[in-house]
Amino acid sequence: MKPPPFEYEAPTTIQEVVALLRQHDGEAKILAGGQSLMPLLNMRFARPTALIDLGRVADLDYIREENGMLAIGAMTTKRSIERSELVKSRQPLLHASTAWIAHPQIRNRGTVGGSMAQADPAAEYPAVALALDAEFVIVGPDGRRSVAASDFFVTYLTTALEENEVLSEIRVPVLPARTGWSIQEVARRHGDFAMVGAVATLGLDGGSCNSARVVLFGVGPTPLRATSVEQALIGQAASETLFASAAEKADEGLEDTISDVHASAEYRRHLARVLARRALAEAAERA
Amino acid sequence: MATKHTVRIKVNGVNHESEVEARTTLVDFLRGPLALTGTHVGCEHGVCGACTVLVDGRTARSCLMLAVQADGAEITTVEGLATPDGLHPIQQAFVEEHGLQCGFCTPGFLMSLVELLHENPDPSDDEIKDVLGGQICRCTGYQSILKSVHSAIAKLRTAGLAAQPPLA
Repeated sequence: MKPPPFEYEAPTTIQEVVALLRQHDGEAKILAGGQSLMPLLNMRFARPTALIDLGRVADLDYIREENGMLAIGAMTTKRSIERSELVKSRQPLLHASTAWIAHPQIRNRGTVGGSMAQADPAAEYPAVALALDAEFVIVGPDGRRSVAASDFFVTYLTTALEENEVLSEIRVPVLPARTGWSIQEVARRHGDFAMVGAVATLGLDGGSCNSARVVLFGVGPTPLRATSVEQALIGQAASETLFASAAEKADEGLEDTISDVHASAEYRRHLARVLARRALAEAAERA
Repeated sequence: MATKHTVRIKVNGVNHESEVEARTTLVDFLRGPLALTGTHVGCEHGVCGACTVLVDGRTARSCLMLAVQADGAEITTVEGLATPDGLHPIQQAFVEEHGLQCGFCTPGFLMSLVELLHENPDPSDDEIKDVLGGQICRCTGYQSILKSVHSAIAKLRTAGLAAQPPLA
């Protein structure tokens, strides 16, 4: 199908974006790379009165290291993340997760900010952001505010962004020393949204786990921390046996996981346990 | 509501200036006003890859881009590949290795391979498959497409050519 009619705005500053959001009174949508929004328009699932295109806004496409964080402009493409030596060396989990997203032709235009603001519960970047305690820099009528990943993803396709706000930057802590990482995913075809995915980081000190983060995606309305798994690891000696027993707890809190055409809830919970175990084992090898 | 916007877009080396509605996708702009019907419209939600073109040298789904977003950009479509002297080496390889049957998906495959082989003249099979994964063909089973890619790599190497489309 073809998109319904809408007005088109092409601001050049973030302040103009905020003014336009107010002017359109909550009826406008922000257009970033368009790789999620354009299908919704073509299928007429979305009928905004206006699109506000970030494509010509200055200074939203950058990757910088600042005070132990990677500061990433919202309009930075996945292609740029994939090809960034800085991201690869300082935050390899973010780098590796990018190859799981769609295909090169989509990653050429799809943006980091777009994926985060879209907040698809089966998408990789929101899960990685939650696992890494990323911060989201948001600009609105009252200026800037910063929101932690744990507060940013609210529910299905819904974030902490208010109607008159725009995401301008994602701040991702660099990977600490002696910390391993992994991303695991099962999808019907490579490039599809995950049926279930798991992201893990694991810090080791003398063979014992001193930090652990396990995040599951595709199992609920947002990416979810598997806190029972994390707690079962802390202070314990890293081993395959430990990872297997901890990962058995990955389905705790997944009682509301849905069945759909892609997978039954039971199969999703099974995948959550299996992928959590694999993610921990791989993370331990890299720590 | 349906305000028109002026866009200036260079397609296959030719400048075009046109008035478009904001909702006009790039692929409909190419196929309609510009009558460049080599770029095909398949799924219209970015999955099939038939509409893939180069925007400033990088592949993009022209169904997931508005013509207004392409204002000021340089576009290459499948019509920009061949020259009066003959087919582009990648096209020639597809002909020789049966890289197409019905041919509907082929323009998208060609454009994705132009980008790949321009950036990486000697890709591994995994790298080729990563790119082909973004293009759907329902006829060939992909084996003959993969053979076509290997043939194209050899042709480009023999000719000492980069995979760049022959444009100004």
